[in-house]
Amino acid sequence: MAEILSIANLTITPKTAPNRLLVNNISLSLSAGKTTCIVGESGSGKSLTALSIMGLLSSQLQAQGSIQFQSQELTRLTNKELQAIRGAKIGMIFQEPMTSLNPVLTVGYQIGETLTAHLGLKGVSLKDKIATLLTQVGIPIERANSYPDELSGGQRQRVMIAMSIACEPLLLIADEPTTALDVTVQAQILQLLDELKTRMNMAMLFITHDFGVVADIADDVIVMFRGEIVETGSKIDVLNKPKHPYTKALLACVPDVEGKKQLKPIDYAWLENAA
Amino acid sequence: MSDAILQANNLVKNYTQRSGRFGFGSTQIKALDDVSITLKTGSTLAVVGESGSGKSTLARCLLQLHPFDSGEVLFQGLDLAKLSGQALRDVRRHLQMVFQDPFASLNPRMRVGEIVGEGLLIHDLGSKAEQQAKVHQMLERVGLEVADAQKYPHQFSGGQRQRIGIARALVLEPKVVVCDEPVSALDVSVQAQILLLLKELQKEMNLSYIFISHDLRVVRHIADEMVVMSAGKVVEQGKVVDIYNNPQQSYTQQLLNAIPGRKAA
Repeated sequence: MAEILSIANLTITPKTAPNRLLVNNISLSLSAGKTTCIVGESGSGKSLTALSIMGLLSSQLQAQGSIQFQSQELTRLTNKELQAIRGAKIGMIFQEPMTSLNPVLTVGYQIGETLTAHLGLKGVSLKDKIATLLTQVGIPIERANSYPDELSGGQRQRVMIAMSIACEPLLLIADEPTTALDVTVQAQILQLLDELKTRMNMAMLFITHDFGVVADIADDVIVMFRGEIVETGSKIDVLNKPKHPYTKALLACVPDVEGKKQLKPIDYAWLENAA
Repeated sequence: MSDAILQANNLVKNYTQRSGRFGFGSTQIKALDDVSITLKTGSTLAVVGESGSGKSTLARCLLQLHPFDSGEVLFQGLDLAKLSGQALRDVRRHLQMVFQDPFASLNPRMRVGEIVGEGLLIHDLGSKAEQQAKVHQMLERVGLEVADAQKYPHQFSGGQRQRIGIARALVLEPKVVVCDEPVSALDVSVQAQILLLLKELQKEMNLSYIFISHDLRVVRHIADEMVVMSAGKVVEQGKVVDIYNNPQQSYTQQLLNAIPGRKAA
Protein backbone atom coordinates (compact mmCIF):
# COMPACT_ATOMS: atom_id res chain seq x y z
CA MET A 1 0.00 0.00 0.00
CA ALA A 2 1.31 3.37 -0.95
CA GLU A 3 1.51 5.69 2.00
CA ILE A 4 -0.13 9.02 1.20
CA LEU A 5 0.02 10.92 4.46
CA SER A 6 1.85 10.42 7.70
CA ILE A 7 1.51 12.44 10.86
CA ALA A 8 4.23 12.18 13.47
CA ASN A 9 4.07 13.53 17.02
CA LEU A 10 1.40 16.13 16.29
CA THR A 11 0.47 18.28 19.26
CA ILE A 12 -2.07 21.10 19.16
CA THR A 13 -2.36 23.68 21.93
CA PRO A 14 -3.99 27.09 22.34
CA LYS A 15 -1.39 29.84 21.85
CA THR A 16 -2.38 31.41 25.15
CA ALA A 17 -2.26 28.15 27.11
CA PRO A 18 0.51 25.94 25.74
CA ASN A 19 0.01 23.45 28.56
CA ARG A 20 -3.53 22.52 27.47
CA LEU A 21 -2.99 19.65 25.06
CA LEU A 22 -5.99 19.61 22.73
CA VAL A 23 -4.24 17.03 20.58
CA ASN A 24 -1.47 15.23 22.42
CA ASN A 25 1.44 13.77 20.49
CA ILE A 26 -0.43 11.68 17.94
CA SER A 27 1.00 9.76 15.01
CA LEU A 28 -0.86 8.07 12.19
CA SER A 29 -0.50 7.17 8.54
CA LEU A 30 -2.97 6.87 5.68
CA SER A 31 -2.61 4.67 2.59
CA ALA A 32 -4.11 4.84 -0.89
CA GLY A 33 -7.39 2.99 -1.32
CA LYS A 34 -8.04 2.74 2.43
CA THR A 35 -10.61 4.38 4.66
CA THR A 36 -9.43 5.28 8.13
CA CYS A 37 -12.07 6.33 10.63
CA ILE A 38 -11.28 8.56 13.59
CA VAL A 39 -13.86 7.96 16.33
CA GLY A 40 -14.28 9.83 19.56
CA GLU A 41 -16.57 12.05 21.61
CA SER A 42 -16.91 15.81 21.21
CA GLY A 43 -13.71 17.49 22.24
CA SER A 44 -11.53 14.44 21.68
CA GLY A 45 -9.51 16.27 19.01
CA LYS A 46 -10.74 14.46 15.89
CA SER A 47 -11.75 17.55 13.93
CA LEU A 48 -8.65 19.49 15.00
CA THR A 49 -6.50 16.69 13.61
CA ALA A 50 -8.28 16.94 10.25
CA LEU A 51 -8.07 20.73 10.16
CA SER A 52 -4.35 20.70 10.92
CA ILE A 53 -3.71 18.50 7.87
CA MET A 54 -5.37 21.12 5.69
CA GLY A 55 -3.57 23.96 7.47
CA LEU A 56 -6.92 25.36 8.50
CA LEU A 57 -6.43 25.56 12.25
CA SER A 58 -7.76 28.66 13.96
CA SER A 59 -5.13 31.36 14.47
CA GLN A 60 -5.66 30.94 18.22
CA LEU A 61 -4.13 27.49 18.03
CA GLN A 62 -0.65 26.25 17.28
CA ALA A 63 0.46 22.87 16.00
CA GLN A 64 3.79 21.13 16.53
CA GLY A 65 5.02 17.99 14.84
CA SER A 66 5.27 16.73 11.34
CA ILE A 67 2.66 16.16 8.64
CA GLN A 68 4.16 14.51 5.57
CA PHE A 69 2.04 14.42 2.44
CA GLN A 70 3.73 12.66 -0.46
CA SER A 71 7.13 13.46 1.03
CA GLN A 72 6.19 17.14 1.34
CA GLU A 73 6.25 18.62 4.85
CA LEU A 74 2.88 20.40 5.03
CA THR A 75 3.65 22.27 8.24
CA ARG A 76 6.48 24.17 6.53
CA LEU A 77 4.53 25.28 3.46
CA THR A 78 3.41 28.85 2.96
CA ASN A 79 -0.26 29.65 2.69
CA LYS A 80 0.03 29.96 -1.07
CA GLU A 81 1.70 26.58 -1.43
CA LEU A 82 -0.96 25.04 0.79
CA GLN A 83 -3.70 26.56 -1.35
CA ALA A 84 -2.36 24.73 -4.36
CA ILE A 85 -2.74 21.44 -2.49
CA ARG A 86 -6.09 22.09 -0.77
CA GLY A 87 -8.95 21.24 -3.07
CA ALA A 88 -6.57 19.72 -5.60
CA LYS A 89 -4.61 16.91 -3.97
CA ILE A 90 -6.51 16.94 -0.69
CA GLY A 91 -10.30 17.24 -0.82
CA MET A 92 -12.54 17.93 2.15
CA ILE A 93 -16.22 17.43 2.96
CA PHE A 94 -17.81 19.02 5.99
CA GLN A 95 -20.73 18.09 8.20
CA GLU A 96 -23.29 20.73 7.31
CA PRO A 97 -23.79 20.94 3.54
CA MET A 98 -25.95 24.08 3.76
CA THR A 99 -23.39 26.23 5.53
CA SER A 100 -20.50 25.03 3.39
CA LEU A 101 -22.18 26.02 0.11
CA ASN A 102 -22.61 29.63 -1.01
CA PRO A 103 -26.37 30.33 -1.17
CA VAL A 104 -26.16 32.98 -3.92
CA LEU A 105 -24.21 30.95 -6.47
CA THR A 106 -25.47 27.99 -8.52
CA VAL A 107 -24.01 24.63 -7.59
CA GLY A 108 -22.55 24.25 -11.08
CA TYR A 109 -20.65 27.52 -10.65
CA GLN A 110 -19.33 26.42 -7.28
CA ILE A 111 -18.09 23.10 -8.63
CA GLY A 112 -16.56 25.00 -11.55
CA GLU A 113 -14.60 27.35 -9.28
CA THR A 114 -12.44 24.48 -8.06
CA LEU A 115 -11.81 23.30 -11.60
CA THR A 116 -10.86 26.74 -12.88
CA ALA A 117 -8.62 27.52 -9.93
CA HIS A 118 -6.64 24.28 -9.98
CA LEU A 119 -6.89 22.92 -13.51
CA GLY A 120 -7.53 26.13 -15.45
CA LEU A 121 -10.60 24.68 -17.18
CA LYS A 122 -12.83 27.11 -19.09
CA GLY A 123 -15.77 27.16 -21.50
CA VAL A 124 -16.96 23.88 -22.95
CA SER A 125 -14.35 21.71 -21.28
CA LEU A 126 -15.38 23.18 -17.91
CA LYS A 127 -19.06 22.52 -18.61
CA ASP A 128 -18.33 18.96 -19.65
CA LYS A 129 -16.30 18.28 -16.54
CA ILE A 130 -19.06 19.68 -14.28
CA ALA A 131 -21.58 17.43 -16.03
CA THR A 132 -19.34 14.38 -15.58
CA LEU A 133 -18.87 15.14 -11.89
CA LEU A 134 -22.60 15.60 -11.27
CA THR A 135 -23.29 12.29 -12.99
CA GLN A 136 -20.63 10.61 -10.89
CA VAL A 137 -22.32 11.67 -7.67
CA GLY A 138 -25.80 10.83 -8.93
CA ILE A 139 -27.27 14.28 -9.59
CA PRO A 140 -29.11 15.15 -12.84
CA ILE A 141 -26.99 17.46 -15.03
CA GLU A 142 -29.73 20.16 -15.19
CA ARG A 143 -29.20 20.67 -11.46
CA ALA A 144 -25.99 22.57 -12.26
CA ASN A 145 -28.20 25.66 -12.61
CA SER A 146 -29.90 25.18 -9.23
CA TYR A 147 -29.11 27.12 -6.08
CA PRO A 148 -28.24 25.20 -2.89
CA ASP A 149 -31.63 25.94 -1.27
CA GLU A 150 -33.39 24.19 -4.14
CA LEU A 151 -31.67 20.91 -3.26
CA SER A 152 -32.35 18.44 -0.45
CA GLY A 153 -29.77 17.80 2.28
CA GLY A 154 -28.59 14.61 0.60
CA GLN A 155 -28.24 16.32 -2.79
CA ARG A 156 -26.26 19.18 -1.23
CA GLN A 157 -23.90 16.68 0.31
CA ARG A 158 -23.54 15.06 -3.12
CA VAL A 159 -22.62 18.47 -4.55
CA MET A 160 -20.00 18.86 -1.81
CA ILE A 161 -18.62 15.46 -2.74
CA ALA A 162 -18.52 16.46 -6.42
CA MET A 163 -16.51 19.56 -5.49
CA SER A 164 -14.12 17.64 -3.29
CA ILE A 165 -13.32 14.99 -5.89
CA ALA A 166 -13.24 17.45 -8.82
CA CYS A 167 -9.45 17.44 -9.08
CA GLU A 168 -9.10 13.74 -8.28
CA PRO A 169 -7.46 14.18 -4.90
CA LEU A 170 -5.13 11.61 -3.40
CA LEU A 171 -6.63 12.17 0.02
CA LEU A 172 -10.23 12.89 0.92
CA ILE A 173 -11.03 14.17 4.40
CA ALA A 174 -14.66 13.74 5.44
CA ASP A 175 -15.63 15.36 8.73
CA GLU A 176 -18.93 13.82 9.87
CA PRO A 177 -20.38 14.05 6.35
CA THR A 178 -23.58 12.13 7.14
CA THR A 179 -24.38 13.28 10.67
CA ALA A 180 -27.04 15.76 9.52
CA LEU A 181 -28.74 13.32 7.13
CA ASP A 182 -31.59 10.83 7.41
CA VAL A 183 -30.58 7.18 7.73
CA THR A 184 -31.68 6.16 4.24
CA VAL A 185 -29.83 9.13 2.69
CA GLN A 186 -26.85 8.42 4.93
CA ALA A 187 -26.67 4.87 3.61
CA GLN A 188 -26.63 6.18 0.00
CA ILE A 189 -23.91 8.76 0.71
CA LEU A 190 -21.73 6.20 2.51
CA GLN A 191 -22.06 3.86 -0.44
CA LEU A 192 -21.17 6.64 -2.88
CA LEU A 193 -18.07 7.62 -0.89
CA ASP A 194 -16.96 4.01 -0.68
CA GLU A 195 -17.36 3.51 -4.45
CA LEU A 196 -15.46 6.71 -5.27
CA LYS A 197 -12.67 5.78 -2.89
CA THR A 198 -12.23 2.41 -4.58
CA ARG A 199 -12.55 3.73 -8.14
CA MET A 200 -10.14 6.63 -7.64
CA ASN A 201 -7.87 4.74 -5.23
CA MET A 202 -8.03 7.62 -2.74
CA ALA A 203 -6.98 7.55 0.87
CA MET A 204 -9.98 8.59 2.94
CA LEU A 205 -9.87 10.02 6.45
CA PHE A 206 -13.39 9.74 7.83
CA ILE A 207 -14.31 11.44 11.08
CA THR A 208 -17.38 10.22 12.91
CA HIS A 209 -18.80 9.53 16.34
CA ASP A 210 -21.14 6.83 15.06
CA PHE A 211 -19.89 3.26 15.41
CA GLY A 212 -22.56 2.06 13.00
CA VAL A 213 -21.02 4.23 10.30
CA VAL A 214 -17.56 2.93 11.23
CA ALA A 215 -18.78 -0.63 10.77
CA ASP A 216 -20.05 0.25 7.30
CA ILE A 217 -17.21 2.27 5.83
CA ALA A 218 -13.91 1.80 7.68
CA ASP A 219 -10.91 -0.32 6.87
CA ASP A 220 -8.92 0.94 9.85
CA VAL A 221 -10.09 2.66 13.01
CA ILE A 222 -8.40 5.20 15.26
CA VAL A 223 -10.04 5.88 18.64
CA MET A 224 -9.32 9.27 20.23
CA PHE A 225 -9.96 10.27 23.82
CA ARG A 226 -9.11 13.67 25.29
CA GLY A 227 -6.61 14.49 22.56
CA GLU A 228 -4.82 11.17 22.56
CA ILE A 229 -5.01 8.15 20.30
CA VAL A 230 -5.91 5.32 22.66
CA GLU A 231 -6.34 2.54 20.12
CA THR A 232 -5.71 1.82 16.45
CA GLY A 233 -6.33 -1.27 14.41
CA SER A 234 -8.37 -2.87 11.70
CA LYS A 235 -12.13 -2.34 11.88
CA ILE A 236 -12.80 -5.94 12.84
CA ASP A 237 -10.23 -5.94 15.65
CA VAL A 238 -11.34 -2.64 17.16
CA LEU A 239 -15.08 -3.35 16.98
CA ASN A 240 -14.99 -6.99 18.01
CA LYS A 241 -11.90 -7.22 20.17
CA PRO A 242 -11.32 -3.74 21.65
CA LYS A 243 -8.23 -3.63 23.84
CA HIS A 244 -8.29 -0.23 25.50
CA PRO A 245 -10.76 0.27 28.38
CA TYR A 246 -12.06 3.48 26.78
CA THR A 247 -12.88 1.75 23.48
CA LYS A 248 -14.69 -0.97 25.43
CA ALA A 249 -16.61 1.62 27.44
CA LEU A 250 -17.55 3.63 24.34
CA LEU A 251 -18.78 0.51 22.54
CA ALA A 252 -20.90 -0.36 25.60
CA CYS A 253 -22.83 2.89 25.05
CA VAL A 254 -23.97 2.02 21.53
CA PRO A 255 -27.49 0.56 21.42
CA ASP A 256 -27.72 -2.63 19.33
CA VAL A 257 -30.34 -3.35 16.71
CA GLU A 258 -31.58 -6.45 18.53
CA GLY A 259 -32.27 -4.49 21.73
CA LYS A 260 -30.59 -7.14 23.88
CA LYS A 261 -27.69 -5.07 25.11
CA GLN A 262 -27.73 -3.39 28.50
CA LEU A 263 -26.38 0.14 27.93
CA LYS A 264 -23.57 1.15 30.24
CA PRO A 265 -22.56 4.82 30.52
CA ILE A 266 -18.84 5.55 30.69
CA ASP A 267 -17.42 5.77 34.19
CA TYR A 268 -14.74 8.40 33.59
CA ALA A 269 -13.35 8.25 37.12
CA TRP A 270 -12.83 4.51 36.76
CA LEU A 271 -11.19 5.04 33.36
CA GLU A 272 -8.71 7.52 34.77
CA ASN A 273 -7.73 5.06 37.49
CA ALA A 274 -7.34 2.28 34.94
CA ALA A 275 -5.08 4.46 32.78
CA MET B 1 -50.65 -1.05 31.85
CA SER B 2 -52.84 -1.66 28.88
CA ASP B 3 -55.32 1.23 29.06
CA ALA B 4 -54.81 4.19 26.75
CA ILE B 5 -53.70 7.44 28.36
CA LEU B 6 -53.36 9.48 25.19
CA GLN B 7 -55.12 8.80 21.94
CA ALA B 8 -55.19 10.62 18.63
CA ASN B 9 -57.92 9.85 16.15
CA ASN B 10 -57.79 10.76 12.47
CA LEU B 11 -55.59 13.84 12.88
CA VAL B 12 -55.29 16.00 9.78
CA LYS B 13 -53.03 19.01 9.48
CA ASN B 14 -52.39 20.83 6.21
CA TYR B 15 -49.88 23.58 5.65
CA THR B 16 -50.34 26.02 2.82
CA GLN B 17 -47.19 26.93 0.97
CA ARG B 18 -46.86 29.75 -1.51
CA SER B 19 -45.65 28.55 -4.84
CA GLY B 20 -45.27 29.52 -8.46
CA ARG B 21 -43.88 32.76 -9.79
CA PHE B 22 -43.95 35.57 -7.20
CA GLY B 23 -45.74 33.23 -4.77
CA PHE B 24 -49.19 33.92 -6.17
CA GLY B 25 -50.08 30.25 -6.28
CA SER B 26 -50.46 28.01 -3.29
CA THR B 27 -49.99 24.33 -2.66
CA GLN B 28 -51.25 22.26 0.23
CA ILE B 29 -48.76 20.15 2.12
CA LYS B 30 -50.27 17.33 4.11
CA ALA B 31 -48.19 17.29 7.27
CA LEU B 32 -50.58 14.88 8.97
CA ASP B 33 -52.88 12.80 6.83
CA ASP B 34 -55.43 10.86 8.89
CA VAL B 35 -53.06 9.87 11.70
CA SER B 36 -54.33 7.76 14.60
CA ILE B 37 -52.13 6.58 17.46
CA THR B 38 -52.63 5.20 20.97
CA LEU B 39 -50.24 5.60 23.88
CA LYS B 40 -50.70 3.06 26.68
CA THR B 41 -50.18 4.04 30.31
CA GLY B 42 -46.61 3.49 31.49
CA SER B 43 -45.29 2.56 28.07
CA THR B 44 -43.17 4.21 25.40
CA LEU B 45 -44.46 4.80 21.89
CA ALA B 46 -41.79 5.73 19.36
CA VAL B 47 -42.62 7.80 16.30
CA VAL B 48 -40.11 7.10 13.54
CA GLY B 49 -39.64 8.62 10.11
CA GLU B 50 -37.40 10.77 7.94
CA SER B 51 -37.22 14.56 7.95
CA GLY B 52 -40.49 15.98 6.72
CA SER B 53 -42.51 12.88 7.55
CA GLY B 54 -44.62 14.77 10.09
CA LYS B 55 -43.18 13.42 13.35
CA SER B 56 -42.65 16.77 15.00
CA THR B 57 -45.95 18.17 13.73
CA LEU B 58 -47.66 15.18 15.34
CA ALA B 59 -45.91 15.89 18.65
CA ARG B 60 -46.97 19.52 18.58
CA CYS B 61 -50.56 18.69 17.67
CA LEU B 62 -50.79 16.15 20.48
CA LEU B 63 -49.84 18.83 23.00
CA GLN B 64 -52.15 21.41 21.41
CA LEU B 65 -49.16 23.58 20.58
CA HIS B 66 -50.33 23.61 16.95
CA PRO B 67 -53.98 23.71 15.96
CA PHE B 68 -54.95 20.85 13.67
CA ASP B 69 -57.59 20.87 10.93
CA SER B 70 -59.66 17.89 11.97
CA GLY B 71 -59.55 14.86 14.23
CA GLU B 72 -59.36 14.62 18.00
CA VAL B 73 -56.82 14.13 20.76
CA LEU B 74 -58.08 12.36 23.87
CA PHE B 75 -56.14 12.53 27.13
CA GLN B 76 -57.65 10.12 29.64
CA GLY B 77 -60.82 10.27 27.58
CA LEU B 78 -60.93 14.08 27.57
CA ASP B 79 -61.08 15.83 24.18
CA LEU B 80 -58.27 18.39 24.41
CA ALA B 81 -59.44 20.52 21.48
CA LYS B 82 -62.65 21.30 23.35
CA LEU B 83 -60.79 22.66 26.36
CA SER B 84 -59.62 26.21 26.66
CA GLY B 85 -58.39 28.68 29.25
CA GLN B 86 -57.99 27.34 32.77
CA ALA B 87 -59.25 23.86 31.92
CA LEU B 88 -56.59 23.42 29.21
CA ARG B 89 -53.90 24.82 31.49
CA ASP B 90 -54.83 22.29 34.17
CA VAL B 91 -54.49 19.41 31.73
CA ARG B 92 -51.23 20.74 30.25
CA ARG B 93 -49.49 20.15 33.54
CA HIS B 94 -49.80 16.46 32.77
CA LEU B 95 -48.52 16.79 29.21
CA GLN B 96 -44.88 17.86 29.09
CA MET B 97 -42.22 18.01 26.43
CA VAL B 98 -38.45 17.46 26.22
CA PHE B 99 -36.86 19.13 23.21
CA GLN B 100 -34.11 18.13 20.83
CA ASP B 101 -31.71 21.02 21.04
CA PRO B 102 -30.52 21.53 24.60
CA PHE B 103 -28.91 24.81 23.52
CA ALA B 104 -31.97 26.46 21.99
CA SER B 105 -34.63 25.22 24.40
CA LEU B 106 -33.37 26.88 27.58
CA ASN B 107 -33.67 30.63 28.12
CA PRO B 108 -30.09 31.90 28.44
CA ARG B 109 -31.13 34.73 30.76
CA MET B 110 -32.80 32.57 33.37
CA ARG B 111 -31.12 30.67 36.15
CA VAL B 112 -31.57 26.91 36.08
CA GLY B 113 -33.65 27.06 39.26
CA GLU B 114 -36.05 29.52 37.61
CA ILE B 115 -36.23 27.44 34.43
CA VAL B 116 -37.10 24.27 36.28
CA GLY B 117 -39.41 26.03 38.74
CA GLU B 118 -41.33 28.12 36.21
CA GLY B 119 -43.94 25.41 35.64
CA LEU B 120 -44.62 25.15 39.37
CA LEU B 121 -45.07 28.92 39.51
CA ILE B 122 -47.44 29.00 36.54
CA HIS B 123 -49.55 26.16 37.85
CA ASP B 124 -49.36 27.64 41.37
CA LEU B 125 -48.30 24.38 42.98
CA GLY B 126 -47.31 24.71 46.63
CA SER B 127 -45.72 27.55 48.59
CA LYS B 128 -42.48 29.20 47.53
CA ALA B 129 -40.46 27.06 49.93
CA GLU B 130 -42.17 23.90 48.71
CA GLN B 131 -41.51 24.84 45.10
CA GLN B 132 -37.84 25.43 45.81
CA ALA B 133 -37.54 22.14 47.64
CA LYS B 134 -39.15 20.39 44.69
CA VAL B 135 -36.80 22.01 42.19
CA HIS B 136 -33.78 20.99 44.25
CA GLN B 137 -35.06 17.46 44.63
CA MET B 138 -35.69 17.18 40.89
CA LEU B 139 -32.24 18.56 40.00
CA GLU B 140 -30.63 15.95 42.22
CA ARG B 141 -32.80 13.24 40.74
CA VAL B 142 -31.60 13.98 37.20
CA GLY B 143 -27.98 13.95 38.33
CA LEU B 144 -27.31 17.65 38.91
CA GLU B 145 -26.55 19.47 42.14
CA VAL B 146 -28.62 21.81 44.29
CA ALA B 147 -26.02 24.53 43.73
CA ASP B 148 -26.65 24.28 39.97
CA ALA B 149 -30.00 26.04 40.49
CA GLN B 150 -28.06 29.32 40.75
CA LYS B 151 -26.21 28.86 37.46
CA TYR B 152 -27.11 29.84 33.90
CA PRO B 153 -27.59 27.38 31.01
CA HIS B 154 -24.34 28.34 29.25
CA GLN B 155 -22.39 26.99 32.21
CA PHE B 156 -23.45 23.43 31.36
CA SER B 157 -22.49 20.83 28.76
CA GLY B 158 -25.00 19.48 26.22
CA GLY B 159 -25.79 16.41 28.30
CA GLN B 160 -26.26 18.45 31.47
CA ARG B 161 -28.57 20.85 29.64
CA GLN B 162 -30.67 17.93 28.48
CA ARG B 163 -30.90 16.90 32.14
CA ILE B 164 -32.17 20.40 32.94
CA GLY B 165 -34.77 20.03 30.18
CA ILE B 166 -35.87 16.71 31.66
CA ALA B 167 -36.05 18.19 35.17
CA ARG B 168 -38.20 21.04 33.84
CA ALA B 169 -40.62 18.58 32.24
CA LEU B 170 -40.80 16.20 35.19
CA VAL B 171 -41.00 18.61 38.11
CA LEU B 172 -44.74 18.94 37.43
CA GLU B 173 -45.18 15.19 37.84
CA PRO B 174 -46.77 14.84 34.42
CA LYS B 175 -48.43 11.69 33.10
CA VAL B 176 -47.31 11.98 29.48
CA VAL B 177 -43.96 13.28 28.26
CA VAL B 178 -43.33 13.92 24.58
CA CYS B 179 -39.61 13.61 23.84
CA ASP B 180 -38.73 15.16 20.48
CA GLU B 181 -35.35 13.68 19.49
CA PRO B 182 -34.01 14.11 23.03
CA VAL B 183 -30.67 12.40 22.42
CA SER B 184 -29.87 13.07 18.78
CA ALA B 185 -27.65 16.08 19.53
CA LEU B 186 -25.59 14.16 22.09
CA ASP B 187 -22.47 11.97 22.03
CA VAL B 188 -23.13 8.22 22.33
CA SER B 189 -21.67 8.13 25.83
CA VAL B 190 -23.97 10.94 26.97
CA GLN B 191 -26.83 9.46 24.99
CA ALA B 192 -26.53 6.23 26.98
CA GLN B 193 -26.73 8.18 30.27
CA ILE B 194 -29.83 10.10 29.20
CA LEU B 195 -31.59 7.00 27.86
CA LEU B 196 -30.98 5.16 31.12
CA LEU B 197 -32.19 8.19 33.11
CA LEU B 198 -35.39 8.39 31.05
CA LYS B 199 -36.04 4.69 31.62
CA GLU B 200 -35.48 4.90 35.38
CA LEU B 201 -37.74 7.94 35.71
CA GLN B 202 -40.42 6.23 33.68
CA LYS B 203 -40.50 3.35 36.18
CA GLU B 204 -40.40 5.58 39.26
CA MET B 205 -43.06 8.06 38.13
CA ASN B 206 -45.16 5.74 35.96
CA LEU B 207 -44.64 8.01 32.96
CA SER B 208 -45.86 7.38 29.45
CA TYR B 209 -43.52 8.55 26.69
CA ILE B 210 -44.04 9.57 23.11
CA PHE B 211 -40.50 9.26 21.78
CA ILE B 212 -39.76 10.90 18.47
CA SER B 213 -36.58 9.73 16.83
CA HIS B 214 -34.89 8.95 13.57
CA ASP B 215 -32.32 6.70 15.25
CA LEU B 216 -33.60 3.17 14.97
CA ARG B 217 -31.02 1.77 17.38
CA VAL B 218 -32.22 4.12 20.10
CA VAL B 219 -35.87 3.28 19.36
CA ARG B 220 -35.16 -0.43 19.63
CA HIS B 221 -33.66 0.20 23.01
CA ILE B 222 -36.25 2.45 24.61
CA ALA B 223 -39.66 1.88 23.02
CA ASP B 224 -42.37 -0.74 23.52
CA GLU B 225 -44.43 0.15 20.48
CA MET B 226 -43.72 2.21 17.41
CA VAL B 227 -45.35 4.13 14.59
CA VAL B 228 -43.56 4.51 11.26
CA MET B 229 -44.46 7.71 9.42
CA SER B 230 -43.81 8.80 5.86
CA ALA B 231 -45.15 11.91 4.11
CA GLY B 232 -47.70 12.60 6.83
CA LYS B 233 -49.16 9.09 6.87
CA VAL B 234 -48.75 6.23 9.29
CA VAL B 235 -47.14 3.47 7.25
CA GLU B 236 -46.94 0.81 9.91
CA GLN B 237 -47.54 0.50 13.64
CA GLY B 238 -47.20 -2.19 16.25
CA LYS B 239 -44.86 -3.67 18.84
CA VAL B 240 -41.21 -2.75 18.35
CA VAL B 241 -40.12 -6.39 18.57
CA ASP B 242 -42.56 -7.46 15.86
CA ILE B 243 -41.72 -4.64 13.48
CA TYR B 244 -37.94 -5.09 13.82
CA ASN B 245 -38.17 -8.84 13.35
CA ASN B 246 -40.76 -8.83 10.65
CA PRO B 247 -41.49 -5.47 9.00
CA GLN B 248 -44.60 -5.66 6.84
CA GLN B 249 -44.16 -2.57 4.67
CA SER B 250 -41.36 -2.04 2.17
CA TYR B 251 -40.75 1.48 3.54
CA THR B 252 -40.15 0.09 7.03
CA GLN B 253 -37.81 -2.52 5.57
CA GLN B 254 -35.87 0.22 3.78
CA LEU B 255 -35.51 2.18 7.01
CA LEU B 256 -34.34 -0.86 8.96
CA ASN B 257 -31.88 -1.85 6.25
CA ALA B 258 -30.38 1.63 6.32
CA ILE B 259 -29.36 1.39 10.00
CA PRO B 260 -25.61 1.89 9.77
CA GLY B 261 -23.43 -1.05 10.76
CA ARG B 262 -26.25 -3.54 10.56
CA LYS B 263 -24.52 -5.95 8.22
CA ALA B 264 -20.98 -5.63 9.48
CA ALA B 265 -21.22 -5.60 13.27
